[in-house]
Amino acid sequence: MLMTFLEIFWGFFKIGLFTIGGGYAMLPVMQQEIAKYGWITAGEFIDIIAIAEMTPGAIAVNTATFAGFRTAGVLGAVLATASLALPSLLIIIPLSNFWEVHQDHPVLKSIFAGVKPAVAGLIGAAAIYIARTAFLYDPLLSQKDGFPIDLRSIIIAGAVFVAVRKLKADPIKTIIAAALVGLVVFGL
Amino acid sequence: MQKEKKQKQTTATLGELFVAWFKIGLFTFGGGYAMLPLIEREVIDRKNWTDKEEILSIYALAQSVPGVIAVNTSIILGNRLAGVKGAVVAATGVITPSLIVIMAIASYFDYIMNSIYVLQAFSGIRAAVVGLVAAAAVRIALASLKDKPGYIIALAAFLLSAFTEIHAIAIILGGALSGLLVYYFGAKGRAVE
Repeated sequence: MLMTFLEIFWGFFKIGLFTIGGGYAMLPVMQQEIAKYGWITAGEFIDIIAIAEMTPGAIAVNTATFAGFRTAGVLGAVLATASLALPSLLIIIPLSNFWEVHQDHPVLKSIFAGVKPAVAGLIGAAAIYIARTAFLYDPLLSQKDGFPIDLRSIIIAGAVFVAVRKLKADPIKTIIAAALVGLVVFGL
Repeated sequence: MQKEKKQKQTTATLGELFVAWFKIGLFTFGGGYAMLPLIEREVIDRKNWTDKEEILSIYALAQSVPGVIAVNTSIILGNRLAGVKGAVVAATGVITPSLIVIMAIASYFDYIMNSIYVLQAFSGIRAAVVGLVAAAAVRIALASLKDKPGYIIALAAFLLSAFTEIHAIAIILGGALSGLLVYYFGAKGRAVE
């Protein structure tokens, strides 16, 4: 059992240490480690990605929790998740302390003056990326042929956009409202 | 419309940090950029821990180092507001909802995956996330784009990310390099604000 815990710690520590960019970028490394130690099966790994996308929280954190839980119960889940976050703590605290102190230096200021618009562009691209999957008909919910775009999804997305931009709606409440609306309109 | 610039909060209690990041972890679907609207709501609108512009620098930093972006962001802000303890508490806050929800789901896995109602509700949530991220993109673009080089960098980043396989970190590094060339070496006279 101790061996299992050590393996979980070391495996997820490595995943946290060697993946940059979060989210889907972490999945290949995670898959390798999971295959090496046999924590969960390949089928379970695919299921957990689906679950991780659907449930709240960061995808990599959700996957780690699931694998840890399946391998060694609640302690395994906590250990896997904590091990995943540990490298971040060790790396970011000194780095962000440096940044806080020197962020007014002309070189750093210039760098971040270029980085900020780049991140704004990345976020715009992320909206497009998410829209690609969200606006398609869900094959599990409908068997419609032909026009692949689901107008209901577009209307919900548009309503949320207006609610948040113009009406200053709370994102949390709009998510809950969208879940309820989805329950009704996707059942039609 | 433009409000007076509020003074940023420089400290926070560990309890505040935990609750704010717990909420972010609990209501973020899809991870990554889908978190931005909720992070903004909590750390900018409600708590005033940072502002619309600085969050982009924090986000860039969080994305350019190893680890989960959400966790990294929580650590940067937690560390600033309450030191190492704050960083640990904020990170714990953002991962705790995952622990609870995933363990519950792992126990009822088959039942949940086969429920049509769950799938319908999540179709609604996925669509909402698109609207949320688009709103965040517009809000951030309005706050961060101030001059021609900025627009060009943002457009290039958008196109490269949307239509090529180039990794986000490479795009951020490209932005950093462009910033250095344009604002530091390019225009000595131009004030960087």
